[in-house]
Amino acid sequence: MPFVDGLRCRECGRAYPAEALHVCEFCFGPLEVAYDYEAIAAAVTRESIAAGPPTIWRYAALLPAEAEGAVDLGAGWTPLVRADRLAAELGLGELWLKNDTMNPTGSFKDRVTSVALTKARELGFKVAACASTGNLANSVAAHAARAGMRSYVFIPSDLEQQKIITTAVYGGNLIAIDGTYDDVNRLCAELTSEHPSWAFVNVNVRTYYAEGSKTLAFEVAEQLGWRAPDHVVVPIASGSQLTKIHKGFKELELTGLLHGEAHTRVSGAQAAGCGPVATAFAEGHDFVRPVRPNTIAKSLAIGNPADGPYALDVVRSTGGAIGAVTDAEIVDGIRLLAQTEGIFAETAGGVTIATLGKLAASGVVRRDERVVAFITGNGLKTLDAVAGVVGPTATIKPTLEAFAAAVDTEGHLS
Amino acid sequence: MTATVRIPTQLRSLTGGAGEVAVAGETVAEVLKQLDAAHPGMGERLFDETGRLRRFVNVFVADEDIRFLDGIDTPVAPGQTVSIIPAVAGG
Repeated sequence: MPFVDGLRCRECGRAYPAEALHVCEFCFGPLEVAYDYEAIAAAVTRESIAAGPPTIWRYAALLPAEAEGAVDLGAGWTPLVRADRLAAELGLGELWLKNDTMNPTGSFKDRVTSVALTKARELGFKVAACASTGNLANSVAAHAARAGMRSYVFIPSDLEQQKIITTAVYGGNLIAIDGTYDDVNRLCAELTSEHPSWAFVNVNVRTYYAEGSKTLAFEVAEQLGWRAPDHVVVPIASGSQLTKIHKGFKELELTGLLHGEAHTRVSGAQAAGCGPVATAFAEGHDFVRPVRPNTIAKSLAIGNPADGPYALDVVRSTGGAIGAVTDAEIVDGIRLLAQTEGIFAETAGGVTIATLGKLAASGVVRRDERVVAFITGNGLKTLDAVAGVVGPTATIKPTLEAFAAAVDTEGHLS
Repeated sequence: MTATVRIPTQLRSLTGGAGEVAVAGETVAEVLKQLDAAHPGMGERLFDETGRLRRFVNVFVADEDIRFLDGIDTPVAPGQTVSIIPAVAGG
């Protein structure tokens, strides 16, 4: 926070104070936090970061809110695990998984929510709100409970039952909307104008919220010995996470914290049933035509992605690609990840793994690259995705005979 | 033929703080033109130098994104609501 100069429009460069503003009043472009990188470079070292807490707040100097008094459930510093068995399946060499299923409410959204509500509280807000495809709903409801803030969480009514329950349990107001996420988002954008005293984490304080995703890059680099990976694969919903991971590596380079350069190629993953950014990439467009989502990957079902054009810029400028996969491939991806590496991801993780497989097969992601795939949400949130395809091997009476008859243990007992 | 236009916070300095204004027009293009006439300065905020709607401005007629309709030529029926909404939100 001491290193924040203010906000700046990404499109026209107009400057704004660091308040609850997310859009340029003149051109409607997104506002970005402007930092004093020279001051950060002078004040922060790898050692000072390593001495910080095992959460996103170890990177407070590169975040737009004060660590002291943060709204904090312990988001971040999740495992980065080497995935040799999965790599072998996909024909890759050095593959790592950033296991963000390990966050307090089971997804990377705890990173952005913690930053957003910490800043919201600094700005005097007492009400937290959001439009969500589910993971953010969990996170905002939980962090608001922890902070003693009232909450209003808006979701599409057809969300997975698990995500509804794991939001409602925290109390607060949970409003299910008959419509898509894009309808929910539009309503929340309008409600923000009517309720300026509410902090909608992904509307009026979105500028701060989005910065939380940079910590994914910070952690990956630190966990790799302060080096940027060669290639990352990131799921795309609004596109914000992908652009901020790229920004995170660049900021480490800019502040002298990285060994070597932030040379990382960035690739994106979408569901074919909601792949507007993948379509734009394939067709060579620099704009994104909205679609109506139809996919089991509900956490990525944003038909009108706010950061789509910027995600395209990042992917193209770094030499990555954006793939899209079918619902069946998503389920296969979830199972492959679980069966090779013991990580149970929600549908977005299935999208990422299935897309990684395709990009590896087509030679975009290469065997000689150090690759990191981001697994951003826990499979317990989307049980329906795999409920029909996995289950008990056998259901038997509790006798040795029944077991011997039902289960072929040949070669499995020693 | 009067439509209601919902104005986002970012543009309310041009409407004297009003969140809704009534203007005439039978298409989105006409409604927005009339909006600029009634509240000068609105046009340059909504349209770029080439006269196209800025890429971070979304417009909805009766809560439907005009990109799923006929874009700027989408008809506006009497009494319908036209909403101007910043595109940067969500995710």
